[in-house]
Amino acid sequence: MNTDKKRLVLGCGALVYDLLRLIEQNPGLSDKVKLQCLPASWHNKPQLIAPGVDDYLAKHGNLYEDVYIAYADCGTGGALDRVIEKYQAKRIGGAHCYEFFAGSEAFHEMAEQELGTFYLTDYLVKNFKRLMIKGMGLDRYPELFDVYFANYKKLVYLAQTENEQWQKEAAQYAKDWGFKYEYKLVGTGYLDCVFDDIEIMPLASEEN
Amino acid sequence: MSEEDDFDLNELDDKDLVEQIQDDLYDGLADEVTEGTEILLSRGWDANDVLGDALVGGMKIVGVDFRDGILFVPEVLKCAGAMKGGMKILRPILAEAAEDTSLGKFVIGTVKGDIHDIGKNLVGMMLEGAGFEVIDLGINNPVENYLEAVDKHQPVIVGMSALLTTTMPYMGVVSEEFEKRGLRKDIHMMCGGAPLNQEFADAIGVPAYGRDAARSAEMAETHVRDSMNKREHR
Repeated sequence: MNTDKKRLVLGCGALVYDLLRLIEQNPGLSDKVKLQCLPASWHNKPQLIAPGVDDYLAKHGNLYEDVYIAYADCGTGGALDRVIEKYQAKRIGGAHCYEFFAGSEAFHEMAEQELGTFYLTDYLVKNFKRLMIKGMGLDRYPELFDVYFANYKKLVYLAQTENEQWQKEAAQYAKDWGFKYEYKLVGTGYLDCVFDDIEIMPLASEEN
Repeated sequence: MSEEDDFDLNELDDKDLVEQIQDDLYDGLADEVTEGTEILLSRGWDANDVLGDALVGGMKIVGVDFRDGILFVPEVLKCAGAMKGGMKILRPILAEAAEDTSLGKFVIGTVKGDIHDIGKNLVGMMLEGAGFEVIDLGINNPVENYLEAVDKHQPVIVGMSALLTTTMPYMGVVSEEFEKRGLRKDIHMMCGGAPLNQEFADAIGVPAYGRDAARSAEMAETHVRDSMNKREHR
């Protein structure tokens, strides 16, 4: 075994700031972990996630002692889990980042209260115009709005940090789209579980 | 389109006009597709041929380019919007002849807990193009809605759609209930949606998984025609 190997955390680009913050908050992690994020734009194209993770791990996975995947299922319908199994990696539980940010119980309650809920996170508010407006083609074809959102009634901003500007922007997006609005400061939820085993288990190099 | 590129669709012969309608559909130009459809009908074309050659033919090209990553969802939706323009003209004509040419009724709906209907609507449109009478149950359908629709409409196929990993397992509930009630011998079942695959369909006992709208319509049509052939040979 190469005792200099680090642990790889391979995650969604939409989680990059949250993952970096968690690593910074725990100085012991930065020596042990290499963080690599894949394009956040795959949020809108979940069919690219599993092949993208597979491709990255096929090329680089052997450089690391262990691999941790900072994704939920994210609309891959189990395809990501099959890749994860192949590399004996592990991922965060849940269907979406919204679920691990809010907590499963709270997330399911929100979905039950209003099925037609559109969720935003810090990253999605900050990058709303790029990922949502441009990414969904609404800049070019605003007439598609109803095609996408006719069944939505509410926007919930699941905030990771307190940021007044983003709160204003999220409220404005809800208003522009004619949705009810709710703000919930949920923090990073159980995203940090991605680091749990890393903190507990010493690197092979430390054991020697 | 610039003024120099502008031309009269009436000046094109039938073959070029069909190709032009397909191009216009690909570019999401609803007005042009509508106009081309009207011209073909005015030249005595059968509505089924206009639908199959120009509109469905165009959407098949769109489907292939979507699958190959050349077109993306917004563009496909624009194409679908353009096809709707042509369908609006053809639907009443096709409805009059439905008794003779219909492949039967197809009940389609998004399953309980899921409000996403883009994929379902695209499939519905392609099914209509293939010759099915589509009964659209809309979104968030519990198993009771599918059963009620079966009683009321006697479909040849029931299709379920889901976009969410959390809602796709509900298709298994519907499939199981159909099995319990002995409905599977007369009604074919299909499923589709972005997170699904054939393995999932196999696991829940649904025989057909449609990976995209065009393929779903082809599979449905093949199933019905094969069933008709079997009945004829009995």
